[in-house]
Amino acid sequence: MPRVVFAGSAAQRFTGGENEIAVEATTFRRLVLELDRRFPGLGRQVEEGMAIAIDGEIFQDAYATQLKPDSEIVLIPKIGGG
Amino acid sequence: MTVIKRKDELKVVGTRPIRPDGVDKVIGRAAFGADLAMPGMLVGKVKRSPHAHARIRKIDTSRAKALKGVLAVITAADLPNIPSEEAFMGEGPMNFRDLSRNCMARDKVLYEGHALAAVAATSAAIADEAIELIAVDYEVLPHVIDVDEAMAPGAPLLHDDLITAGVEPKPNKPSNVAKRIHFEIGNVDQGFKEADIVVEGRYTTKPVHQAYIEPHACVATVGADSQAMVWTSSQGQFMVRAYCAKLLGIEISNLRVIPAEIGGGFGGKTLVYLEPLALAMARISGRPVKMVMNREEVFRATGPTSGASMEVKIGAKKDGRITAAQALLKYQAGAFPGSPVGPGCMTAFAMYDLKNVRVTGYDVVSNRCKVAAYRAPGAPISSYAVESAMDELAQKLGMDPIALREKNAAREGTKTVYGPMLKNIGYVETLEAAKKHTHYGIKLGPNQGRGVASGYWFNVGGESSAAVHIAEDGTATVVSGNPDIGGSRASMAMQAAEVLGIPIERVRCIVGDTASIGFTFMTGGSRVTFATGLATIQAAEKVVEDLKRRAAMIWDISPEAVDWRDGAAHPAGANAGNFQPLTLKEIAEKAGKTGGPIGAEVSLNAQSPGAGFATHVCDVEVDPETGYVTVLRYTAVQDVGRAIHPSYVEGQIQGGVAQGVGWALNEEYVYDSKGRLENPGFLDYRIPVASDLPMIDAVMVEVPNPSHPYGARGVGEVPIVPPMAAVANAVRAATGIRMTQLPMSPPNLRAALRKAK
Repeated sequence: MPRVVFAGSAAQRFTGGENEIAVEATTFRRLVLELDRRFPGLGRQVEEGMAIAIDGEIFQDAYATQLKPDSEIVLIPKIGGG
Repeated sequence: MTVIKRKDELKVVGTRPIRPDGVDKVIGRAAFGADLAMPGMLVGKVKRSPHAHARIRKIDTSRAKALKGVLAVITAADLPNIPSEEAFMGEGPMNFRDLSRNCMARDKVLYEGHALAAVAATSAAIADEAIELIAVDYEVLPHVIDVDEAMAPGAPLLHDDLITAGVEPKPNKPSNVAKRIHFEIGNVDQGFKEADIVVEGRYTTKPVHQAYIEPHACVATVGADSQAMVWTSSQGQFMVRAYCAKLLGIEISNLRVIPAEIGGGFGGKTLVYLEPLALAMARISGRPVKMVMNREEVFRATGPTSGASMEVKIGAKKDGRITAAQALLKYQAGAFPGSPVGPGCMTAFAMYDLKNVRVTGYDVVSNRCKVAAYRAPGAPISSYAVESAMDELAQKLGMDPIALREKNAAREGTKTVYGPMLKNIGYVETLEAAKKHTHYGIKLGPNQGRGVASGYWFNVGGESSAAVHIAEDGTATVVSGNPDIGGSRASMAMQAAEVLGIPIERVRCIVGDTASIGFTFMTGGSRVTFATGLATIQAAEKVVEDLKRRAAMIWDISPEAVDWRDGAAHPAGANAGNFQPLTLKEIAEKAGKTGGPIGAEVSLNAQSPGAGFATHVCDVEVDPETGYVTVLRYTAVQDVGRAIHPSYVEGQIQGGVAQGVGWALNEEYVYDSKGRLENPGFLDYRIPVASDLPMIDAVMVEVPNPSHPYGARGVGEVPIVPPMAAVANAVRAATGIRMTQLPMSPPNLRAALRKAK
């Protein structure tokens, strides 16, 4: 099962301080739905203000992105620029 | 996984064609924000607060409205009262209530220059007179500007309802701290216990402006059928459309935004200021309204980046291996929440492979303009503190500063404090190139010093659209959804030409308005060459497939039997038939017979953009009498993925360095005791000019980005990350004085030199 890491305080405030969990999901969208089920409000937070790094590559707003069973997924703040 | 083309396979990418828009910009023929004139056009002006913080008791616009020639006067009462609603539409989190109140104050003014009314009149003189006739009754309130003072107990509060987010338990009282951010990995306290040497310091930076040459400007019209148009200079026509529609309650389909040429943005044109006001007054008056800021307004009322107060501590073993690092970052957000402290925290130590790291950031409001993005938002500030501390560490260890960085450098698979591991990065390569550069071996004279610093920026991808159209003569037009700030018309045209197999001279790129190309996220985040480049490549590939299909139709063979190379269709092999190649021009001439016009548009959301790293080496000479710093040599090494147009990439690197040197040496906002800005012009706000700088040697290290077929990665932001520390470290080497406050202007450095004597 993919592992989800909550690295910063933005996500951890929804998880009660838990910083890593395993989630049954094969796509980014399923991951978001599952996170929201387990930690109400986190799904919306991820949708609106966060990006994900899958095995080191950063994805933003990409429902269809595939997750591998051994993927490490890190939730990070969404990144803009200047 | 994208297959990256080898360099020897590329004919256009990597060459240096002449900039297509260069001459028009140089001779003033390009049409910028202020250059549009329309029949019956009115002139719009803004009434601004003279106070840093005040309650608005009453605004009386009756005399202004009565003035002959005035056709519209607005205050916040004429605009929708937008509720608090957060969205990520620009270059960072955005609250539409705050954006609305930044464009037009409601109840309170929060900084000197805050807009509180606007007029549209038949001439600039009448508009100016009308502004003076607007009477405002203020209750002046105590103000606070400095970030540490704004966080102190008892500081004047800007917002009665601002409760610090990210703190448990949730505070029960408001403060000026909008948000606390925290990242931590490993065991930091244990790491410091294991250190042989610990360095720590407190660093401060001043807010600095993006200092784009072109002030904000727009023209707005609203037709009788409610169709509105805005012509404006911005970093994103779709951003202007979204923000204006939201702030004014306009349906998006009723608003068309046409991108004017842009005279610099650097992140500062990722917000709206004038556009909603011009639209509102065009709606009232039924006439086009033009609004143009003067330089003073740009300084007083548009976002600079944050000033900051920071504490950094790094511990290491005697061999240079870092055992622990921590940083406390406090960033000014300006009048509304939203400083770039988040990316400041995330980038601070990203250059290093560290096991024990703790970074805490605070987003703090104070009575100055709301900050806007500025090139690698947040990263140059934290990097100044961290890279200065790294220099201190190298000194204490007696190590070469590049060797110390090599010892701790982030490499493939390094885990960052913000979570992900880094992939396909070229940081070590920048260190190696800097060390080998002749600059690093040049002997220095008296009062001279050399500084080294590194920097990191994520780079971003995101939503982009591009279209490729083939004309009847076989030339091609690319329509891009991004305003061209850093040369993207050339890089889009080059990427299309590469796919089509035709010379760059036969491809032109234009920037489409919001009605003529699909949604495209702003020009920013170093994303355009990568993300919109991908859209362009894919659109051109679709065109090539169509051209092959049409050639097959002309030859009456299967499309699978057609190859495309060198701008022409060829039979794929002997079995396909014996045909002379059909050039793009020849196929285009028969477009009507083979299915109609030839073209394709692609919209995508580009992912995995590939991070950027840089290492800079700076030599300075310090005049011990005056404190004046001369930059003698500057070498900026950067992993650029692969340069599409090397001259543009070098220009981005040189531009970033120039802005960083200004940030380091001169630029600052100077306020009087009442919170009024005293230097709102380029005479007193000193940005570097060509004569202040040596030729900046831009060294491109090419570690191709596997997410792009030509290996491109963003290049526009990371070059501004290292310069402040590189200059500060050089000043330290020249004088023995660690300058922990920016800017290192002659008065500040002279005072430090005298104190040290």
